[in-house]
Amino acid sequence: MEFLSHLWLGLQTAATLANLLYCFIGVFLGTAIGVLPGLGPTATIAMLLPVTFVLPPVSALIMLAGIYYGSQYGGSTTSILVNLPGEAASVVTTLDGYQMAKQGRAGAALAASAIGSFFAGTVSTFLIAGFGPPLAAVALKFGPAEFFSLMVLGLVASVVLAQGSLLHAIGMVVLGLLLGLIGTDVNSGTQRFTFGIYELADGIGFVTVAMGMFGLGEIIRNLENEEERSVMVAKITGLWPTREDFKRMVAPILRGTVIGSALGILPGSGSILGSFAAYSIEKKVSKNRAQFGKGAIEGVAAPESANNAGAQTSFIPLLTLGIPSNPVSALMVGAMIIHGIQPGPSVINEQPALFWGMIVSMWIGNLFLLVLNYPLIGMWVRMIMIPYQFLFPGILVFCAIGVFSLKNTEVDIYFMALFGVLGYVFSKLGCEPAPMLLAFILGPLMEEYLRRAMLLSRGDPTVFLRRPISATLLALAVLAMCTVLIPAFSKTREEAFVEGSG
Amino acid sequence: MKRNPKDFWTGLIYIGFGSAAIVIARDYGMGTAVKMGPAYFPTILGGLLIGIGVISAIRSFVIPGAPIGLFAFKGLTLVTVSVLLCGFIVRGAGLAVAIPLLVIVSALASSQFRWRPTLMMAAGLTIFCVLVFIKGLGIPLTIIGPWFGR
Repeated sequence: MEFLSHLWLGLQTAATLANLLYCFIGVFLGTAIGVLPGLGPTATIAMLLPVTFVLPPVSALIMLAGIYYGSQYGGSTTSILVNLPGEAASVVTTLDGYQMAKQGRAGAALAASAIGSFFAGTVSTFLIAGFGPPLAAVALKFGPAEFFSLMVLGLVASVVLAQGSLLHAIGMVVLGLLLGLIGTDVNSGTQRFTFGIYELADGIGFVTVAMGMFGLGEIIRNLENEEERSVMVAKITGLWPTREDFKRMVAPILRGTVIGSALGILPGSGSILGSFAAYSIEKKVSKNRAQFGKGAIEGVAAPESANNAGAQTSFIPLLTLGIPSNPVSALMVGAMIIHGIQPGPSVINEQPALFWGMIVSMWIGNLFLLVLNYPLIGMWVRMIMIPYQFLFPGILVFCAIGVFSLKNTEVDIYFMALFGVLGYVFSKLGCEPAPMLLAFILGPLMEEYLRRAMLLSRGDPTVFLRRPISATLLALAVLAMCTVLIPAFSKTREEAFVEGSG
Repeated sequence: MKRNPKDFWTGLIYIGFGSAAIVIARDYGMGTAVKMGPAYFPTILGGLLIGIGVISAIRSFVIPGAPIGLFAFKGLTLVTVSVLLCGFIVRGAGLAVAIPLLVIVSALASSQFRWRPTLMMAAGLTIFCVLVFIKGLGIPLTIIGPWFGR
């Protein structure tokens, strides 16, 4: 059994004492971040990246992945207890979770979320293990034209799933691609857009951009409506769900897992779309649909399973194709590159221990989370109470020192501030930063693949349409773009985000 | 009369970035489609961005939209200034000066600002960062910098 021997190799890698520890630190920090409102996983991973440089690559990636899915977990805790989604993906959990908490059933809601997430995490771990290798094998046959088209598809998907105006999202992608080109051109050695600034020869670091746009931009935005952040914690009683609760949880968890896993693979969405879709589908098919919005346990179990499943399956395109599907996996791509690993289909063969170790660590991490969430709930609650005015100066300090430590230059701090302003202005204008960050990381790669494809085709641009896989990918991209223009879909898209931004 | 200020200003920003990219890229070699020079891809992207910006700007006169809303100028200024200041002095003055300044200046942006907790937090964060970043990770920064002589 090749499958089992792979998982065994993964277990050997992930279950060393050191890696278990890093996995634990990752999910612990992740939960804390998910709990703290106003601090998202993108900014945190960007902040902690410099710290992970001293670790071996496997440990670093295990820890970073742990932060990501840990934050999904923590986000749901705040959604249920204080009606504040610590994380975008857990917005829908507030609808029924907080109602349950108000009725004194916070324990049951937390349990539903924890059990659902654990189940979804287990299933999606096996999905990655099962689908990863064949997908990577297909991707190994990809030429530059295919990779270029794949990136186009990825960027288009991130545009389609972005919030707000479609046109602006496309603009953000193009702008991101452009900004990604800053620095030395690999082919000619020309310094592009560096304005003679020596530190720009290597380009602007993606961590700098991510910290600026997601960390600083977010802080400035939060300072706008600080007074609204008053917090009322619901009492936690009845920590264990009843037999009836368990019965009602099973089907929503299964459906949520399927929906979340499927949507998580889509570039640009990660876990957010899955939790929204799972909730609305559950609302339509559930026997207890009348209770939705008034504290139905199904309304917690389904989206929570879906967002955890999605958080994990979003690693499939990252690990097999090297294409990030959301800002967090974009940062992981960056982390891999810094550790000297070129993300892509060859990782699975050249670094089997890394690939399988990471996958198994995700399952172990989920186990940690299940154990962590219950006994530590009191601590998380106290953490929610930290007022924001004490939180954000601390975030700024870690951002500033963290970004300095990347290349030991204060120029990066200046650029981070610049991108903070840019991120804030764009968010005021209704342009989402996520597609830009994806494009920023893909920019240089896309140019390289475009160049190679055109070189091989002797300057004939129809090569992208003549090669079947490439043409299919481009057709999918066009199709994705068209769906937005269909009135029915664009309406649901808007509705989902209106609920989401609440 | 512009009816959608968000579309209008976004359009202008895109046109600005796009034109800058094309103008600056004129100094680099264009190359050919077969052998693309360093200016080729940026010029395409710049053109695209200008196109998107123009559409957005034109659309802003046709389709109405929500106003932009007030800018949080106090937060924007204080956060940006505090970070820039930190970058400017971190080498010369050292962490023990840069971090407290960053904390205090940025904390002023909060409407809930009070001196006592802010100072305590500044002290705590400074100690933590010195231990983690200088002692732990060995980042080449000093606690008290060369500006204060030795």
